[in-house]
Amino acid sequence: MTTARTTASAAPTTTTAGRLRALARAETTLLLRNRTALLTALALPLLLTGAVRGLLEQQAADHPGLDVDAALVPGVSGIVLMFVVYYNLTASYVARRGELVLKRLRTGEARDPEILVGTAVPSVLLALLLCAVLGVGAALLLDLPAPVNPPLMVLALALALALLIALAALSSAFTRTVESAGVTTLPVLLLAQFGSGLLVPLDAMPERLADLCRALPTTAAFQLLRLGWFGTTGSAPATGFLGSWGAAAPQLGLAVLWAVLAWWAARRWFRWEPRR
Amino acid sequence: MTNTSRPAPAVEALGLRRRYGPAGDRGFDAVRGLDLTVRRGELLALLGTNGAGKTSTMELLEGLAAPTAGRIRVLGLDPYRERAALRPRIGIMLQEGGFPGELTVTETGRAWAGLTTGARPVPEALELVGLHHRRHVRVKQLSGGERRRLDLAMALLGRPEVVFLDEPSTGLDPEARAATWRLVRELREQGTTVLLTTHYLEEAEELADRLAIMHHGRIVTSGTVAEVIAGHPGRIGFELPERSGRYESLALPALPGAEVTAVGRRITVRTPALQADLTTLLGWAARHRIALGGLDARSASLEEAFLAVAAEPIDTSRPAPSPIGPAR
Repeated sequence: MTTARTTASAAPTTTTAGRLRALARAETTLLLRNRTALLTALALPLLLTGAVRGLLEQQAADHPGLDVDAALVPGVSGIVLMFVVYYNLTASYVARRGELVLKRLRTGEARDPEILVGTAVPSVLLALLLCAVLGVGAALLLDLPAPVNPPLMVLALALALALLIALAALSSAFTRTVESAGVTTLPVLLLAQFGSGLLVPLDAMPERLADLCRALPTTAAFQLLRLGWFGTTGSAPATGFLGSWGAAAPQLGLAVLWAVLAWWAARRWFRWEPRR
Repeated sequence: MTNTSRPAPAVEALGLRRRYGPAGDRGFDAVRGLDLTVRRGELLALLGTNGAGKTSTMELLEGLAAPTAGRIRVLGLDPYRERAALRPRIGIMLQEGGFPGELTVTETGRAWAGLTTGARPVPEALELVGLHHRRHVRVKQLSGGERRRLDLAMALLGRPEVVFLDEPSTGLDPEARAATWRLVRELREQGTTVLLTTHYLEEAEELADRLAIMHHGRIVTSGTVAEVIAGHPGRIGFELPERSGRYESLALPALPGAEVTAVGRRITVRTPALQADLTTLLGWAARHRIALGGLDARSASLEEAFLAVAAEPIDTSRPAPSPIGPAR
C-alpha cells in the first residue's frame, strides 16, 4: 500500500480555517439539537428588553439627564453576550470535557486555541445575530440616531467576545458539572450586569464606585460599544467619529489588557480532561 | 544509533518518568524510568496489570502530556513540543471514546475528516470497521463495541504511519474482536507501525511482533512471545499411588533446579528443564512400575509469564532496569 502512503503525504495539510470550520459545524449541529439552550437564548432579548427598560426608567427618575434609550440597547446586548456567549460556552466546555471530547480533539490536528474558538463559534454567531436584531429593531422603534463610529462598535464587540470566550474557558476550569455551571458563572454574571453599566449606568453611580466599576474586566468593552454608537458613555457631551476615537483610547487599552490577561489565565488553568 | 543505513525507530522512549501531584508522599509516580523502542512497521503490544502505567505511558508517547523526565521521539519528533508537525502522521485511539453523543456517526466522521490531513472518504472509513449501516445513528445510541469501532475508524482516517491504540478491543463481542484483529493485521501488512495496549493475552499473542509487560511504571519483560516465555519454568503435575506396601519407602528422583511441591499425593514440579526432568521422572516411574495418575506436562504459557510478573512485589528503591533499547 505504498500508493496509499504517497497520496496521504502528498495531500494538502489541513488549515486553521478548515479546522475551525469543521469544529464550528459540529458544534452548531449540537447547539441546534440543544433545545433548552437555543430557546433560552432566543427568548432572552425579548424578556430582557422590557425589564431593563423599566429598571432604567426608575433610575432616570432620580438621575435627570440619564438617557434611557441610549443605555437600553448596549445594556441588553451586553447581557445577551454574557448569557449566550459566557454562560453557554462555560457549560459547553464543561460538557465537552466531561465527554472526553476535548481530550480526543487534542489527539487530532486542531491546535489548542482552535479547539476553544471552534467550540465558541455557534454561540458567538447566535449572540451577534441577536445583538444585530436588537440594534436594528431598537433603532427603528426608538428612533435612535445612526451609530457615530461603527468600526469602534465592531472592535468593541470583538474585544468583548475575545474576553468572554477566555472567561468561559477559565470558569469551566472551576466547574465540575454542567449543572454547577449556573453557580460558578454567577459571580462574573452579576459583576458584569451590575458593575459594567449594563443594568445600572455608570453615571448613575457615586463617582468612586463608578471609577471602581470602570476597572472591571467586562466594563471597558461594553462601554466602548455604547461609545461607538452614541459618541458618549453617559453625561459627557457626544463626540463625532474622530472625537470618539480619542474618548475611546484609554478604554481600548484597558479592554485589550483584560482580554490578553483572560487568555493567559485560561491557557494557564484550562482543563482538557476531567479530574481523575 | 550512528548507523544511518538502519532507519530510525518509529517510537523511541528513554528514561521516561511521569509524576502526578506534588513531590513527596502525596504525589504518585505512574511511569518510573521506562525505555521503549518500536521499530518501523512493527506491532508492539504493551501489556500490564491495572494501574501498571500503560495509559499514562501512551499519553506521553502521544504527546498529550509532557513527561516529568526522559526523552521521546516519534518519527524523529518530540510528540509534545512538535505536536502540530507530528499529528498528520499518526493516529490515536484513546481508551475511552470522546465523541459528542448528540452527533450521528456520519457527522462525527465529517468533523474528523475536517481535522485530518489526507482523510479517507467517511463512508470508506465506516465500511472499514463495519459501521456503515449505523451511519445515521447518534453516537449516544451506539453500543460500547460500536463506539470502540468508530474510535478506531477515526484513528485510521488519515492513513497514519504510526497508530496508537489504547485497548482497542475492550468491550467488543467475539465477532467484532475478530474483525478488529483482522483490521490491525492488515495495517501491519501495509507497513503501519502499531503500538497497542491490551488486557487480553491472546490478543497480544495473536497480533504482536513483540510484546512488553509493564509492572508498576516500568517495563519488566519484553521480546517475542517465545522470548518472554523462555525465562519461565514449565510445569509437570501427577499423582503418586498410596504410600503403602511396596510404595512405603518411595522417594522421588533428584531433579536439580526444579521446585517440587506436594499437596497430599498430588505433586507439582516447576522446572526450567521441562524435557530433561520429564524424562527422568518417566524413567523413574518405569523402573519402579509406578502409574503416575493424571500426568500432565506443559511449557510456560504467556499467562503464566504474565502472572509471575504481576506477582512481583513493588520495589521502589531498585534502579530502573532497561530491558529494551540502549541504556543511557
